[in-house]
Amino acid sequence: MCCIFTSKFETIFFNFLVKKNSIFFHLFSHLFSKVRLMTFFGLISFFSILFSANLIAQEPDVQKGKSLFNSQCAACHKLNRNLVGPALKGVSAKYEKDWLYSWIKNSQAMIKSGDPQAVAIYEEYNKVAMNAFPNLSNEDIDNILAYTDYVPPKPTPPPGAPVAQTSSSSSTNDIILILLSFVLLVLVMLLYLINKTLKSLVNQNTVFADQQNNKKGIPIWKAFAKNQFLVFCSVIFLLLSSAYYAYGYMLQVGVDQGYMPIQPIHYSHKIHSGANQIECQYCHSSAKKSKHSGIPSLNVCMNCHENIAEYNGEEDLEKGYTKEFYTNEIKKLYKAVGWDENSQSYTGDTEPVKWVRIHNLPDFVYFNHAQHVNVAGVDCKTCHGPVEEMEILYQHSSLTMGWCINCHRETNVDLKNNEYYQKIHEELSKKYGVDELTAAQMGGLECGKCHY
Amino acid sequence: MGNQKKYWKSELELSSCDNTIDHLKNNEFIDQLPTDSFLSDKNQLEQSNTNRRDFLKYLGFSTAAATLASCEGPVNRSIPYVLQPERIIPGLANYYATTIADGFDFANVLVKTREGRPIKIENNIKSKVRSSANARVHASVLSMYDSMRVKAPTLNGGETTWDNLNKSMISLLESMKDNNKPVVLLTQTFASPSTSKIISDFIKKYPNVFHVVYDSISDSKALDAFEVAYGVRALPTYDFSKAKYIVSVGADFLGDWQGGDHDSGYVKGRIPERNKDGKANMSKHIQIESNMTITGSNADKRIPLSPSQQKIALAKIFGYVSGNEVGGELPSKLDESLKKISEGLKNAGSKGLLVTGIDDVDAHLITHEINELLNSQAFKKDELSLIKNSDDKKITKLIKDLNKGLVKGIIMAGVNPVYTLPNSKDFISGLSKAEFSVCFSMKNDETASISKWVAASPHSLESWGDNELVYGKYNLTQPTIRPLFDTKQFQDCLLDWMGSSQSFYEFLKDNWQKNIIKGSTWNQVLHDGFYDSETRPVLKKQIINPLERAKSLSRSKSNGIELVLYTKTGLGDGQQANNPWLQEFPDPITRVSWDNYLTISKKDADQIGLKNYNVANGALDSNYALITVQGESLKVPVIIQPGQAEGSVGLAFGYGKTKALKKEMQVGVNAYKLYKGFNLSQNVKLESINENHEFACVQLHNTLMGRGDIIKETTLEVFNTKSAKHWNSVPKVSLNHIETPVTSPDVDLWDEFDRSIGHHFNLSIDLNACTGCGACVIACHAENNVPVVGKTEVRKSRDMHWLRIDRYYSSEQTFEEDIETKENISGISDSLSVFGEMEKPADNPQVVFQPVMCQHCNHAPCETVCPVAATSHGRQGQNHMAYNRCIGTRYCANNCPYKVRRFNWFLYNNNDEFDFNMNDDLGKMVLNPDVVVRSRGVMEKCSFCIQSTQAVILKAKNEGREVKSGEFNDACACAAACSTGAMKFGDINDKESEVTALKEKDRVYHLLEYVGTKPNVFYHVKVRNTDET
Repeated sequence: MCCIFTSKFETIFFNFLVKKNSIFFHLFSHLFSKVRLMTFFGLISFFSILFSANLIAQEPDVQKGKSLFNSQCAACHKLNRNLVGPALKGVSAKYEKDWLYSWIKNSQAMIKSGDPQAVAIYEEYNKVAMNAFPNLSNEDIDNILAYTDYVPPKPTPPPGAPVAQTSSSSSTNDIILILLSFVLLVLVMLLYLINKTLKSLVNQNTVFADQQNNKKGIPIWKAFAKNQFLVFCSVIFLLLSSAYYAYGYMLQVGVDQGYMPIQPIHYSHKIHSGANQIECQYCHSSAKKSKHSGIPSLNVCMNCHENIAEYNGEEDLEKGYTKEFYTNEIKKLYKAVGWDENSQSYTGDTEPVKWVRIHNLPDFVYFNHAQHVNVAGVDCKTCHGPVEEMEILYQHSSLTMGWCINCHRETNVDLKNNEYYQKIHEELSKKYGVDELTAAQMGGLECGKCHY
Repeated sequence: MGNQKKYWKSELELSSCDNTIDHLKNNEFIDQLPTDSFLSDKNQLEQSNTNRRDFLKYLGFSTAAATLASCEGPVNRSIPYVLQPERIIPGLANYYATTIADGFDFANVLVKTREGRPIKIENNIKSKVRSSANARVHASVLSMYDSMRVKAPTLNGGETTWDNLNKSMISLLESMKDNNKPVVLLTQTFASPSTSKIISDFIKKYPNVFHVVYDSISDSKALDAFEVAYGVRALPTYDFSKAKYIVSVGADFLGDWQGGDHDSGYVKGRIPERNKDGKANMSKHIQIESNMTITGSNADKRIPLSPSQQKIALAKIFGYVSGNEVGGELPSKLDESLKKISEGLKNAGSKGLLVTGIDDVDAHLITHEINELLNSQAFKKDELSLIKNSDDKKITKLIKDLNKGLVKGIIMAGVNPVYTLPNSKDFISGLSKAEFSVCFSMKNDETASISKWVAASPHSLESWGDNELVYGKYNLTQPTIRPLFDTKQFQDCLLDWMGSSQSFYEFLKDNWQKNIIKGSTWNQVLHDGFYDSETRPVLKKQIINPLERAKSLSRSKSNGIELVLYTKTGLGDGQQANNPWLQEFPDPITRVSWDNYLTISKKDADQIGLKNYNVANGALDSNYALITVQGESLKVPVIIQPGQAEGSVGLAFGYGKTKALKKEMQVGVNAYKLYKGFNLSQNVKLESINENHEFACVQLHNTLMGRGDIIKETTLEVFNTKSAKHWNSVPKVSLNHIETPVTSPDVDLWDEFDRSIGHHFNLSIDLNACTGCGACVIACHAENNVPVVGKTEVRKSRDMHWLRIDRYYSSEQTFEEDIETKENISGISDSLSVFGEMEKPADNPQVVFQPVMCQHCNHAPCETVCPVAATSHGRQGQNHMAYNRCIGTRYCANNCPYKVRRFNWFLYNNNDEFDFNMNDDLGKMVLNPDVVVRSRGVMEKCSFCIQSTQAVILKAKNEGREVKSGEFNDACACAAACSTGAMKFGDINDKESEVTALKEKDRVYHLLEYVGTKPNVFYHVKVRNTDET
């Protein structure tokens, strides 16, 4: 939690500063990294810096261009790769600016007018006409082109940049370690000397020491063993505590809370559900209708990933989650679903993904997602936890029967617009003398409701 | 009164000399368990090194060790679709309308599939033609997942490719055509318009091909008769609901007679519904037959007669109805009965119906004539059934031609002549003379294994197809799963061999759109599964000279004992012999599973020296009979069958298969060997062999313990004239020396709960409507993942059926009297003269079928004795069973008055000791994913299909509405499968529901009401129409 919080905080803080003054940024980041180093506070995420660096103010505005590109162009164009239309990286070098203005604003008119360049490109891309964008001003187009031309400065590492950071921090670490070990060595030597002196003193006064020993009488463990009451009490105590721990141990047998298996494709819920805020049931669509929430079939993945072939979001270098890493995972999806990126078509050569199931209920339990998600309106997070923060998904809840039953005892039945419940709820609430019934009062604790 | 009747379960109970039976009636074990011999042996006890404490130590250690060892959880994989089909949502079932047509059974069904796997068959109630699936159709889904299926085409036993097969066949057929060598197409009855069209096109292309239709049990004589009388080779249909007076001479119409499926119509007339004046009517049913069949069991009056006597009786009925003298010798008392029956038929007029199952052309002809004379409304001669089309003469000729070497090639589809032909040796020798043989088969069965090519065929559920089961009524068959193996349909291959580019699916769709569908669309018809056209057949009534035929019938004589061959409800013609559900299905009458046997009357058995006896654990044993028909002998175990006509014995087809069966299924003897001349009745010689045979019979296990009133029955007369108190009295118990009805709360041990809120499920079972067909038993099996345990376990009364159909025999007099009379009869020779004695109960008992499952008692005795509260009561009336909580004390089973709880003595899945469907990956595909597969050591029982009632409720909740009336009926697998409406399931708190209305009827009673268990299953008193006028 702590780490997540700091990196978020930093991102915001930097974004604020960057716009003011880039030199100040470098200085500050340098300073900040030193502070962090000394307090062992944690690492700044590599993402935040790169991302921030991308947004360094320029004329025309690259950032505006980026957002325009994403909203207007990205459905058909990529920077580095042909999609429906051509790759747009460095497009302004290929065409005249004025030509681009009129092409973007109304390409079809240009094709009709017989502009040779326009016709050529129309022919090349399967005679799919590009949408007209009369809403874009020349300035907007400039911004977009600035974005398509923008080459992020190579991370020639400023003093605070992560690469240098790691080396410098490790060298300082080494110095501290050497110092510390020196201090320790001195301490050990001191202790040895003191010990030696004391021993020689004792040897000189042996008789005295023996007398002292005899005075002590029976050793304490013997006295303890002789006191039956104490023995009895401690045996009881030992038994009880071991029973307590044994019980605790037995109870967690078969409970896989926190189970976090490695999946065949590194699918990050943090990116999909967290960063991109995709609704859970967009992919797990059968949760509303069926007992299974359903692992989405690969064609659902391809709804988005036909266009998203590479990862451009945040990275977590420490864990090795680089852009290349994520992009590589997307390639695994393509392989499984049989999608050929070059020809932008399906090969038909598929290979189903064998996900490792995380939430394993025993066979003798019947659980129905539709009942909980659709009828009761329970939020997915209630049982599955903060999925949007899970880089690797794990089992959040214990999924024990006690856990189920507690919820049934505490949760009121959701009656909203459900005619099924109206009559029975009215009668039962009268019977129990309450306004709102819990799932348990509705019969949600009966064995046969879940075990058959 | 009906209530005074005494019920008995087997013939052995009637013999006073057998101490075993008396003993078993009162004790669970015939011998004391040998605990004393062990405990009293002091020496042995002292010498033993292991004492009780050591034992407990070891036990404790091993339990703890096992627990700790099992802590590591397995890694489960979840594999989603790559491309999810639009209509499949994992976890929800899809239904498809299709037709099961295997040549013996034909039914319009709905197939329930989960994630693309068919898991259950249900009735397609929208279709009006053959919409009630029988036990075999319900079980057919498991036959698809048969691990013994042929997985690819083979050539001389080695695997080959379809390409290779097709190429070879085309060149073979071309060369045969050029040389004009005859090729025979030997197929089952397809009753399929598109297949007929393909075959006729095929013959056009290859004129040297001849088509021969062959059904293992042919009904050829009935077809001949109809052809003679009306000029069309088909069978008439019968609407039993239109008949008030039904006489059947040897026709097991509730069984497989002429393809079966008459029960729903029959039952409509059998339920005594009171009119406004309080009087009830029901049809009267008289059955004349040899074997005890389920039809005879349901009859009001049953006359056991051997086949030759049946012929005389039929001729006499014709004589009396038409007013002619036909001759023939019958005992006077029987003659009197026949006169009365004929009077009854005449009085009923157009409401009368006569049917016959006598395997004789004349018998069928005069039966049609009588129905014509009566102008019977139930006799539907213009609604022709096309499901039988075999001709015995043609198949006989084929075998001759094969042996003469006249037939050069043979292509077989849907037939297994090597197993089903009586003269299969001739067929085998003939087959070896042909230049090639191709067998389209699902199995490497007796015929396939000696054919050159085996063309691996798909199951009905994997195929496209169409049917015209009744003239002008069409059905479609559609695949409900992708073919499991490398199979091809017969029709597809014929199209390939003709050089057509169309697949069968394209051909079918084309044919339907062009020639069949008028005013509907292909998609709509495919969705519904059926299409009814208005066309009617053209019949030409021929002159048949019935009197002469009747006279010739009346001259029939018997020479010694006559064998009547029949099909059992379980295996039918034996196609599905490798289906463990059907093998374990207990025969409705004998209650024997895993066997066929010779049924014989007590008197004949005594004469020949054939015996049944119970052994110490209550199981049934017999010795063998050597049965000889025209030089062919079989060694068969024997069941002494009450009600078997003297001078006749019965033997079922379908058993004794040897190829493409798991070892456990290779049971019984092949009765087709005795099907000489394709005649269902044969003259036989019987000898006794002194060898022991062990049966797995399920209704000898638990004794009634004197609780005779488990069945309540009365006659229509009493029902109409006396108050319900008289024939359906509530039992009384003594409370402070005052007789108090057991329903009164004062005598109740338990506190009453308020059950008026929410759903309260009840199941209604009408004993008048239950024919004992057993479709519910298999449906329950399929729905609830009930394991198959095998013959040895069933013999130890460890059968697992959640739903059993008890069969009780009853007699109006006391047993002692019967026995006395019986012993005074001497010899088989004067059986005719002592016909009057045959009315005695032991020889001709009345039969009641009673489906019993968990009664879901509101005051359940099982719940109170469970030490771990594994079984508890739900507010919806269901008695819950939490398997994971059960520790297997079996207290509940001991305390259950209805003996409906089943204990898992072993692990029945993934266990090589029980090599049935749950032991192989293919067979497991039929399991219902909503119901857990139980493990060893837990108790299980009927749950009222709680998984489905919950699903119905959830569906309503998801849609935000109340549950509609009647929606619950189909939730219970047994009630949904019951095509007669004997079982109705529903919510009695829903005032609109059918079951609420049924609960108000005066025929309602509960099983063993005096125990005070307040069950949620209620029965309706059986009413018999014994009115003689």
